[in-house]
Amino acid sequence: MVNFEVEDYNGQRKTVEVPEDMGLSLMEVLKASDYEVLATCGGMALCATCHVEVLSGEENLGEPNDAELDMIDTLPNITPTSRLACQLKISEEMNGMVFRLKGDGV
Amino acid sequence: MISTDICIIGAGPVGLFAVFEAGLLKMRCHLVDALPQVGGQLSEIYPKKPIYDIPGFPEVKAQELVDNLMKQIEPFKPTFSLGERVDGLERLADGSFRLTTSDDTIIEAKAVVIAGGLGCFEPRKPVLENLEQFEGKGVAYMVKDPEKFRNKRVVLAGGGDSALDWTIFLADVAERVTLVHRNETFRGAPDSAEKVFELAQAGKIDLVLSANLKALSGNGHLNAVSMTTKEEEITVETDYLIPLFGLSPKLGPIADWNLAIDKNAISVDTFDYSTNVPGIYAIGDINTYPGKLKLILSGFHEAALMAQSAFKHVYPDQKLSFKYTTVNGVPAF
Repeated sequence: MVNFEVEDYNGQRKTVEVPEDMGLSLMEVLKASDYEVLATCGGMALCATCHVEVLSGEENLGEPNDAELDMIDTLPNITPTSRLACQLKISEEMNGMVFRLKGDGV
Repeated sequence: MISTDICIIGAGPVGLFAVFEAGLLKMRCHLVDALPQVGGQLSEIYPKKPIYDIPGFPEVKAQELVDNLMKQIEPFKPTFSLGERVDGLERLADGSFRLTTSDDTIIEAKAVVIAGGLGCFEPRKPVLENLEQFEGKGVAYMVKDPEKFRNKRVVLAGGGDSALDWTIFLADVAERVTLVHRNETFRGAPDSAEKVFELAQAGKIDLVLSANLKALSGNGHLNAVSMTTKEEEITVETDYLIPLFGLSPKLGPIADWNLAIDKNAISVDTFDYSTNVPGIYAIGDINTYPGKLKLILSGFHEAALMAQSAFKHVYPDQKLSFKYTTVNGVPAF
């Protein structure tokens, strides 16, 4: 299992635990955990509604691809560690990381 | 005033197909969509993406599917109010409906079909303290009529394709165009980015890079935008600010129409996809019911059943007889 923390729009942090072998993206896990994530495009890196800020552990993630960077670049509220949750596959490396929701709430 | 049998809110794939199913039963449709074009998220978000789960199409690009649907419903002569949001929905004494749009268009219909997908696409707004105060008074989120900006000073903000395209377009229209972008480079179409740099070099536009919007000021109407760059804070006098940070769907006014809502979706009866208000239906991604799957395929099915039920609101005195298109063809209006 992988454990990481998620900070919601109200600043509340909770630990989320997920199995790493189900091929899920962070966006899918957030939705399944009832976080307010629209994920309009369903995970194609085309809508940026699953925007998250990595508060801790960004060095554990691979570099964003062009599609993700293009989409992040259109947002008004990015930070240096902004990512799209739909492009982040759940992996062991996410253990202990902290993500803050930055997308358009539902 | 527009008078029609069915008013369809949302011109995405499911709203468009509803015109076909309604048309087969001789019901006329008017569609309203907040976006300036038909197709909903297929056209707005992923026009070039292939879709693989439309029956009979091993692969079809999203925009192609929309174009095909437009062709398919052409015999039924649908009418459209595009770039308008339905703000008001009122049930009249005789059970029909009066809808009012953001542009004050009034539509009277015997039945209403909400095919609103995830809601209306609304512009993402930058976080600025007094932004709302200047909305409509200098702050615009889309360029509906470029002539409005003729010989005016315009600040655009954003780094995507629409920010680049409108900068290039307005450079010839406005008195002065300033483009503000957070980064040093643009990730939009390379041709457009190059053109923007050329315009800046030729002194035809002002380019403020690695900058963020900071504050707005004005007396009643916007007259200046402040921004911070790496080194300094600068203030640009302007008549308009156009922030272009993409669109994001919001449920919008639908939430205020006394419909049963469950987690941002409209609860429907799967018998005919009717809502709790007689004469109002909800189909496609906007509805919810046990087992709901947000697929275009499901929305098409919902449209067919909805039309059978809506018939009794449009033609209360007539009996409905089901006919196949293979037998009857498509009886055009």
